[in-house]
Amino acid sequence: MSSIPDDLHYTKEHEWISGIDDGLTLTVGITAYAAEALGDVVYVQVPEVGTAVSPGDAVGEVESTKSVSDIFAPVGGEIVEVNQAVVDDPSLVNSDSYGEGWLFRVRLEGDADDLLSAEEYTALTSGES
Amino acid sequence: MSRPTPLRGVHETLGATLTDFAGWLMPLRYGSESTEHNAVRQAAGLFDLSHMGEIFVTGPQAGEALDYALVGHLSVLEPGRARYTMIVAPSGGVLDDLIVYRLADEEFMVVANASNYPRVAAELTERAKAFDAAVEDRSEQYALVAVQGPHSRAILGKLTDADLDGLKYYAGLPATVAGREALLARTGYTGEDGFELFVAAGDAEPLWAALTEAGEPYGLVPAGLSARDTLRLEAGMPLYGNELSADLTPFDAGLGRVVRFDKPGDFVGRAALEPLKDVPPSRRLVGLVATGRRVPRHGYPVVSADGAVVGEVTSGAPSQSLGRPIAMAYVDDGLSTGLAVDIRGSREPVDVVELPFYRRKK
Repeated sequence: MSSIPDDLHYTKEHEWISGIDDGLTLTVGITAYAAEALGDVVYVQVPEVGTAVSPGDAVGEVESTKSVSDIFAPVGGEIVEVNQAVVDDPSLVNSDSYGEGWLFRVRLEGDADDLLSAEEYTALTSGES
Repeated sequence: MSRPTPLRGVHETLGATLTDFAGWLMPLRYGSESTEHNAVRQAAGLFDLSHMGEIFVTGPQAGEALDYALVGHLSVLEPGRARYTMIVAPSGGVLDDLIVYRLADEEFMVVANASNYPRVAAELTERAKAFDAAVEDRSEQYALVAVQGPHSRAILGKLTDADLDGLKYYAGLPATVAGREALLARTGYTGEDGFELFVAAGDAEPLWAALTEAGEPYGLVPAGLSARDTLRLEAGMPLYGNELSADLTPFDAGLGRVVRFDKPGDFVGRAALEPLKDVPPSRRLVGLVATGRRVPRHGYPVVSADGAVVGEVTSGAPSQSLGRPIAMAYVDDGLSTGLAVDIRGSREPVDVVELPFYRRKK
């Protein structure tokens, strides 16, 4: 099975979030579990830098051979950076979900209390598989 | 619960992602579906197609029964040859597309889609009643394994003494493959050269193992339904439920050539279809190639420059061979420029092209 790093936070929509403990700019991607379920990712649409987002907003999409899924903002804030490399080469979502396959960075406004721990996300995905 | 095929254990060992397809638990992909797709184009792929239905029609009037039951002229088929044909409702709507193999003078095998074969078997039974012919659904007894791709001939050659070079496209013969009795056919659904092997369900696993071993030096990989779908789409082949349905006649689908009005006698659908043969359908099945990277998918509207809905996508996928998204769609006849597909609210331009998208080099 795909790995679930301990030092990240997660959402029920199978996104990962890093940087919660370090500061206000959080990095967001989709989990290896989700990437595996999607199959080969062929297209990634990321939000525009400067966009103000609220938690749960659909801010982009990830498209694979067989399906398309929305990307949601896991927290509220402003989009401050997007990963052009993953737009150019969407297969990074499959090959390096937690690294080169990151999607965007958001400057947190408000709290991030609703995120899942690695343990909680593990429980969520083991219930689904 | 989905029904497993005789190869379920093999798929699980290979780490396949399994999915429900028409009530069957089928391998969607084993690893990367793009890799599987490309392997079939460049080397070879191994498919489990045991969800397909095998219906046998036997007896002195088996050919005549099929001439009445189907739109094709099957009684003139030579033993050892196969035909692509369809079964239609009395209204002319397509109930399924089929491949019919004539195995012997008085024995035919009708291969039907997983989603349709119980209905096809029931219709054939009903339609054959007036003939000296018996209809038997043997789908449960058979497994179907396909080897597709440019190296499939070489791989099969290591496992059988059958005359593969004499086995033409759309032909089939009984053969011994890896020590197992098989009906070996040169057919497929990928746009490549390839073979389909109908074997007893219990022989599926050893046959799969032998093919895997024989194919290893040739780059043979197991390939799932996801690759099968993108391969057939590139080859412009229709899929029942997408390009074909009971609401469409063979003429609507651009496949009127399979309807053989020149055969003797009546057949189910003749009265409804005959008046349609010279009438151009209002919509035509076309190929679309997207300019951008978003994928037109089944059910998305095709729109004209002024925003009017002029068609609907039936199948779409990213194309490995073209490097762009492709789709098949029914589009109002005569429209070929300035079209776009409404992809979740945004208009993505598409070019209209002739089918197929991909044709293998001979």
